[in-house]
This record gives sequence, structure tokens and C-alpha cells, in this order.
Amino acid sequence: MSTPSLKVEDLHVSIEEKEILKGFGIEVKGGEIHAIMGPNGTGKSTLASALMGHPKYEVTSGSASINGEDLFEMEVDERARAGLFLAMQYPSEISGVTNADFVRSAINSTREEGDEISLMKFIRKMDEKMNTLEMDESFQHRYLNEGFSGGEKKRNEILQLMMLEPKIAILDEIDSGLDIDALKVVSQGINQMREERKDQFGCLIITHYQRLLNYIKPDFVHVMMQGKIVKSGGPELAERLEAEGYDWIKEELGIEDETVGQE
Amino acid sequence: MTTETTFPVNKSDVASFSKDRQEPQWLTDLRLSSLENVDSLELPKPDKTKIQKWNFSNFDLKANVTETSVTASIKELIGSEENVQALVAQKNGVTLSKKLASSLTEKGVIFTDFETAVKEHSELVEKYFMSEAVSTNEHRLTALHAALVNGGTFVYVPKNVEVEIPLQAVYAQEGTFGLFNHVLIVAEANSSVTYIENYITEGEAVEKVANIVAEVYVADNATVHFGAVDNFSAETTTYVNRRGQVNGKDAKIYWALGQMNDGNTVSENTTYLHGEGSYGDTKTVSIGRGKQVQNFTTNVIHFGKNSDGQILKHGVMRDEATSIFNGVSKIEHGATKANGEQTERVLMLSEKARGDANPILLIDEDDVTAGHAASVGKIDPIQMFYLMSRGLSRREAERLIIHGFLEPVVGQLPIESVKEQLKEVIERKVN
Repeated sequence: MSTPSLKVEDLHVSIEEKEILKGFGIEVKGGEIHAIMGPNGTGKSTLASALMGHPKYEVTSGSASINGEDLFEMEVDERARAGLFLAMQYPSEISGVTNADFVRSAINSTREEGDEISLMKFIRKMDEKMNTLEMDESFQHRYLNEGFSGGEKKRNEILQLMMLEPKIAILDEIDSGLDIDALKVVSQGINQMREERKDQFGCLIITHYQRLLNYIKPDFVHVMMQGKIVKSGGPELAERLEAEGYDWIKEELGIEDETVGQE
Repeated sequence: MTTETTFPVNKSDVASFSKDRQEPQWLTDLRLSSLENVDSLELPKPDKTKIQKWNFSNFDLKANVTETSVTASIKELIGSEENVQALVAQKNGVTLSKKLASSLTEKGVIFTDFETAVKEHSELVEKYFMSEAVSTNEHRLTALHAALVNGGTFVYVPKNVEVEIPLQAVYAQEGTFGLFNHVLIVAEANSSVTYIENYITEGEAVEKVANIVAEVYVADNATVHFGAVDNFSAETTTYVNRRGQVNGKDAKIYWALGQMNDGNTVSENTTYLHGEGSYGDTKTVSIGRGKQVQNFTTNVIHFGKNSDGQILKHGVMRDEATSIFNGVSKIEHGATKANGEQTERVLMLSEKARGDANPILLIDEDDVTAGHAASVGKIDPIQMFYLMSRGLSRREAERLIIHGFLEPVVGQLPIESVKEQLKEVIERKVN
């Protein structure tokens, strides 16, 4: 099997005619964990949403591909079926649809008719993953995200990730609102994916705290300001950011306002 | 008044029909006196829907039923007949199958067709039939109903008897036959029962009329669960009126109504909470499609102290359908500490469809609590994005959202085969 990859080049994205991403580029390959860090308002979440195809964001120029296929030629569901996954910061609540039914429909959407996952196999897998994420069994039968706490929603996003086994996952501030125990559990889920799927799983972690990276060791760290990557490095870059903050980068690059105005 | 006031029946037709069925005199008299009133009474006036030009009078009363056992479409609804323990199945008012577990008959439970009930339990039926919950001279359609009733069932649950298995009824209609179906349920003190009914159309697509009345009487501390799936064809004009007379202290009624007709429909559902501490719970789902016009009015009327009434109505609208959803919580003077809550939600799938949600609170007492919520909206594009981001196609995502939207009622139906059937009907109607 070839190694999956997500490739983004010179991406420009606007929301309500205001440009947020201004020439963003990255390549994430299977087996790699990339972290994108940056202060609030620098376009990090816009990147995640635009790549997945959120209706609010308009791609004005640039390109993105997954395994060589043009992402922006695909509908949202086609992107997912091509192997892209976005763990969202604010997942929707869908009343009347149970978690288990939803996840099963999602798994089957990537399979051919007649090749649906068997109920037994599905239940076993779901039990196992929920166990890893220390989720109560009752979550299977609860309506999708309805009445879930912030932390429960985040775990549920990672549960879906583990069940769907995407090739490239983007985690959009999955650590926000999580206490340290939940953070450990969620990280464990990602690390398990990494171990099991090896070079068939790549991950792009968007965060503005270094603490998540204590649990998920990144191979590459990028700093985002003004809608693009302004600095890249290894894990040591995250450590320096944790110790010294972002000001030294701004100084080094002569940036006064790191934001894109709004996000 | 409309110009069309001649109905295809006269006094002697009704008298001979009653005689053929060997009905007790009280019913013959009631039929005839009701028939006399038909012409002078007006049609009902459902709020915000004009029905003056609807066909309520073009039908015939020849049942023409040749089958002697349940038809294929009825079979689908009841599953394996051997496993059903309580059933009344009718076509054009003719009973095709009837069954009640002997363990229940031994306890005095009655579950039989209306025609048999008026002969075998004349006094009981007379006591309740259109006596309190619905009266014969409310309007033209109730009078017509009393005059022509030609199908239905009678359920009687004696004191202290809990009926564990659901009682199932299926009513099929075919041809131009006018169905006047009456369901009468009496639950005595400390009893409980679950009744569930299906209405379906069989055969070719011809104009027809269905006129349905259900009356439910609930005594002290008794509980009735009433489930229904209405699924008449596009050519059927339907008047359906289901009323609960919750007279007993701490008596409870639960309605779960799947209103899936394809034709023009006036559906009224009223719960009278007379008993102190009585409870009424109404859940309805409906789907409007094609060019059909429907009016769904739910009333909960509180008389009893500490009575509690809950209304939840969900509707999905597509094509060029029009539906009015009226929810009325009325709290009468003296019903202290009563609580009335209602929610109406309408999901619009088409620009040309019309759906109005009208929550109404009428409160005549100070010491009460009440609340309402209503919304009419489209499918949330952010929800669609979320579902599609997991690989579901647009169609599949929409399907899940619609099913989820209707689930609060669908999930309440107490018979698995009926629930599955309703899901299939929903599937067909939204795709």
C-alpha cells in the first residue's frame, strides 16, 4: 500500500469576503504527526474547516490534494471517503440519531454494498475503542453529541476517528476544554492509531497549547501567523514556544500583529 | 353552508343497514336522529385551514369485501399471525380476523369489532359511545359518523386488570367505500392497556372518504397507551378525531400518532384532563408531500388540579404540501397547579411547501405553569457538513437527520412491527 499524503499549496481562503488564509502550504504524509501552533486568530481553525469543506469558507486560490486527488473538486463526503477526517472543535448535535447507528452508517459509507461491517464485528470494535477512551457504554445509545459535555464531545470525535480509521486526520483544538485526565485518554487514542496504522495514518494537530504535545509527540512543528506558516521545526520548537511564548518569533520576523483580524 | 348537502344515504338505507346488523334499538335511534341533523349542521372549522370544498360526501357504503382472511398488506403489519395475541383486522368495516388471548378474556377484557360489541355488550357501548368525549351533533362530520358508523373496535378493560400485550387493530379501506370507523376504549380504575392501530388503503386509486372517531375513557389511576399510524392514499379525504376523556384521579393517557396520510386530512386530537393529578402526553409526527393540505390540531384541556399535559408535534414538509400545526393548551379556572407544555417543530425540505406552527396557551387560572416552543426551519447546513464529513452522502445525511427529527414519536410506538412499518413509510415519503 502506498503511503497516504495530504498536500496543501499556496492556499487562500476567505470568509464573508475577508481573506483569512494567505498562502498556506504543508505536506502531511502517512506515519507523520505535524503540529500547527499559533496564537488565537491566526487562521488555524479556518485551515481545518476549509480542507474538510465547511460551507462557510470559500477557497479563493491554491490547491489541496489527498493521495494526489484534488480535494476541492470533491464534495465533503467524498473527501471523507478518500480518507480525510476532521475532529471538530464544535461538533454538531444530531437529535434522534444514536451514536452507534451513526458510526455504523459512516463505516458502511466507505464500503461497497453487500460488504457492510457485521453487527458483531462492529460492536466488538466499538466496545474496544470506547474502552480505550474510557467512555461509558451508554454513549453508544445516546443521541449524537446531544447533551454531551465539551470533554465528552471531544472523546466522541476521537472515537469516530478510531472507528473510521482515516488516512489523514486533522485535530482542530481537540485539547481545548479538556482536563488533564481526558487529555491523556484522548492522546492515548491517537497514539494507538499511530502504532497500529503506522505509515497508513498521518495526523495534523492544531493547537495553541504545547501541553497536548507532551502526550502526542509530533515529528514536525509549525507556527502559524497571519494566515500562513511562518516557522517550522522539530519537537524542540514546541518546547521553546512553551517556555518563551510567541514574541520571539514575531520579533525575529518583524511581525507586529500576528492575527488575520478575525476568525 | 356549502351547496352540496345531499349525502348518498337516506333514512331507510340507514334503518335497514342497522336492522341487517341486528343492532340494539338505541343505536338505530341514534343513527336516525344523527342523520336528521346532518344537513343542518356545518362542517367543522379547523383553525387556518379551509375545508368547505373538500369531498366529505362522495362515497358509497357497499363494502364489497370478498376476502375471508387477512389481506397481504394487513399481513405485513401484523407479522406472523400465529404470534399475535390480540388482533382485530378489518377491510371496509368487515372483520377478517379477530383474536384475543384466552388469558385476557378470562379476566373480562373485551377486544372485539364494533358490530359484535353493540350486540354482545350493548349496555356498555351505549354508556360510552359518543356520550362525552365526542357528541353526535358537534358538526356535520360527527353527525354523519354517528349515522353511518360501519367499522371499528371496542376495548374494555375491567378494574385492576393490566393488559400486558398490546392490542393491535388494522383497518383497510378499498374502492369508493366510505369508511366510518369508530374506536371506543374504556379503561376502568387501576387498569392499563396499550392499543395500536393502522389505517391503510388497498386497491386502485379512486376518491374516497374516511371519517374516523376514537374515544378513550380513562378511570382512576388507569393508564392507556394509544398508538396509531394513519396511512391513507392521496385520493382519500380524511377526517379523524381522537379524544381522550381522562376522568379519573391520577389517570394517564399517552398518544403516539404517526400521521402519514397522503391525502387531504383534518386531524384533531383532544385530551380532556378532568381527573385530579391526571396526565396527558401527546406525541405526533407527520409528513406532508405532493399537494396535500393537512390540519393537525392537538388540544389538551385541563380541568383537574395538578393535571399535567405535554404536547410534542414534529412535522416534515416537502414538495408543495401545506400543513397547519395547531397546539392548544387550555387551563380552565380551578385547575390549580396544572402544568401545560407544548413544542411544535416543522422541518421544511422544499421552498414551495408551507408549514405553520401555532402554539396557543389559553389560561384561566393563576396558579399554573405553562410553556411553549415552536420552530419552522430548514435542515441545518452545519449538521449536514458534520454528517457528510464522516463519509455519509448528502442523501444519507438528510435521511438520518429526518429520521432523527421524527424519532421522538416513532420511538414511542409500542409494537416493533408497526414501528418498523412506520419507519418504512417515512423512508418512502421522504425519498
